[in-house]
Amino acid sequence: MATATAALPQRGRGTQLRRGAQPYLYLVPAFAVMAIITFYPLIFQVWMSFYDFGQINFRVRNPVPPDFIGIENYVRIAQSKLAIPNFEFIRLVLFNLWWALSNVVIHVVIGVLVAVVLNTKGVRFRGIYRALFILPVVIPQIIVATVWRNMFDANAGAVNYGLQAVGGLFGISAANPAFHLDWLRQATDPISWLPLPLAYFAMITANTWLGWPLNSVVATGALQSIPGELYEAAEMDGASPWQKFRNVTIPFLRPAMLPYAIYGFVITFNLFFLPFFMTAGEPFGRTEILVTQAYRLAYERRLFGVAAAFAVYLFFLLLIVTLITNRMAKATKSYAD
Amino acid sequence: MTTDATTATTRRLLSRGTSRARAGGSQERPLPIGRQIVIQLILLMITFTVLFPIIWILSMSLDPRNLSRPDGLNLIPPGASLDAFQKVIAQPTTNDISFIELALNSLKIAIGSSVVAVGIGILAAYAFSRLRFRGREALMIAVLGVLMLPSVATIIPLFIFLNQFQISFGDLSFNLRASLLGVTLAVISAQLPFAIWNLKGYLDTIPKDLEEAAAVDGASQNEIFRKIVLPLAIPAIAVTGFLGFLGGWTEYLTVTMFTTEVHDQTLSIALNAMVGQFARTTNWSQFAAFSILFALPVSVVFFVFQRYLVGGLAVGGVKG
Repeated sequence: MATATAALPQRGRGTQLRRGAQPYLYLVPAFAVMAIITFYPLIFQVWMSFYDFGQINFRVRNPVPPDFIGIENYVRIAQSKLAIPNFEFIRLVLFNLWWALSNVVIHVVIGVLVAVVLNTKGVRFRGIYRALFILPVVIPQIIVATVWRNMFDANAGAVNYGLQAVGGLFGISAANPAFHLDWLRQATDPISWLPLPLAYFAMITANTWLGWPLNSVVATGALQSIPGELYEAAEMDGASPWQKFRNVTIPFLRPAMLPYAIYGFVITFNLFFLPFFMTAGEPFGRTEILVTQAYRLAYERRLFGVAAAFAVYLFFLLLIVTLITNRMAKATKSYAD
Repeated sequence: MTTDATTATTRRLLSRGTSRARAGGSQERPLPIGRQIVIQLILLMITFTVLFPIIWILSMSLDPRNLSRPDGLNLIPPGASLDAFQKVIAQPTTNDISFIELALNSLKIAIGSSVVAVGIGILAAYAFSRLRFRGREALMIAVLGVLMLPSVATIIPLFIFLNQFQISFGDLSFNLRASLLGVTLAVISAQLPFAIWNLKGYLDTIPKDLEEAAAVDGASQNEIFRKIVLPLAIPAIAVTGFLGFLGGWTEYLTVTMFTTEVHDQTLSIALNAMVGQFARTTNWSQFAAFSILFALPVSVVFFVFQRYLVGGLAVGGVKG
């Protein structure tokens, strides 16, 4: 606001100048706030990452100045040499990328399939199904995560009870160990050649429940924009349902779905709530992702300098992800035109 | 004139979905009965998977037997009682704080952060969407760059920064970091870039004709903003405000990291205490009842306005 008053006498000179200053007046509140609580902390964070910053360095009464240690924080993270159990940086990054990719693929495929089925001409009760299928989206994510944690409980969870009920139909005893899986903590991998813990499959189940409906909404919008004549023309040419899907539906869906899939990738990459509240990184930190690990470094381990360096790594990883996905989005844009 | 335009736009937005569905319906031919049955079965199965967790939680919360753990898959509980709801409203966790107090704390963060983020976000969004000025690109990139960052990436420096503001008068001491005000500031820091981006995305879709006409009639920039753009942007303001509210209502990270006192706890903290490492003492019926009470206010609003909200989100997403 101070700048506004200072600029007043000059602005009397004419409308030309007033027009020139006005855009900045609209921006002042937002950027003043962001400068203090966003940009300054970010710069401070980069500074911190070069110091051996711990709790004693920011006490209000007689803080101790931290020691400058150069890039040691970065080196220790990259070499996984932190004094915390189960920390492997490369595994963490790879798991995080795989987590985002596998989720998005499943969400898009299920979302499109359900949208196509629902969009079949003549299906009854369409409106009711559409209203019901949006339900997962309207529930706060923290509740989705805690409820699924509860459902995957080894002893009293709904999933194991459900498996027992299904097994009962086939005459399998409820005591069968396959119906008492410790979903969130089992240490041995369910598929021997795939280095993914059982908890990953539990997490992806929960996130699929949460994630496909919005994809379905986007796909429905795109499907409804396809001119019906195209299908009629394809039918006259004797195209099979698969050929119609392959040659008419998919080319029309792609321009709408790809940007949305990219958006979903970034969202899932940073999805804090699910790994944190559902598996809490178990077993042995193997379902941890970058954002939950960053939080643990800061809050549980109080390694502030290391956590700051970790956040800088996170920033550059996200930057790379964004640049690659943006390029992909641009590539498809020209395809669509 | 302005209000007419607003309602017309609103009506157009609302009717888009229905008119499309109707257009599709008019040319529908009846589906062979066999195919209809197969498709209905598939859709019913999907409905079951979607509803399963919701029914499970509902039935657990209503189970009258006060079980610590459910003893089987009782999707329809034997009878119903609101005991669990009564208990969690009185005191959800072992901490001495009631549901109402937890909800009030969550409400303060939610209202404070969403009102500030949308209030100053709409100004910046207007400038980015409508005005030409030097440095526009660079400033927009600064906003987008922060938007990309998850809030956990700024939490440590914010903790240290807010921790510097400590005042004490004798016995009374105030630490901005450990207060709900500090938490709200941290939440604003996470929400503001999203608010600017989402509002700008919506403003970009509004035709400029009305504003140009008003400018010809001699309206000033501020008048155009207040009398034309602001009313037209109400749907986007509502969506962004609601999403901000939702974020503040469920905020966990900063509350647990910043606050220290029991009376500053929020609903998210209590929910985590009911399932986390201290969960052995929690009665699952009460956990279920608590989840429902926590979700219901926001879920009902979300469900009622979903056409708006999902549309607003999808537009933002596709634009990104």
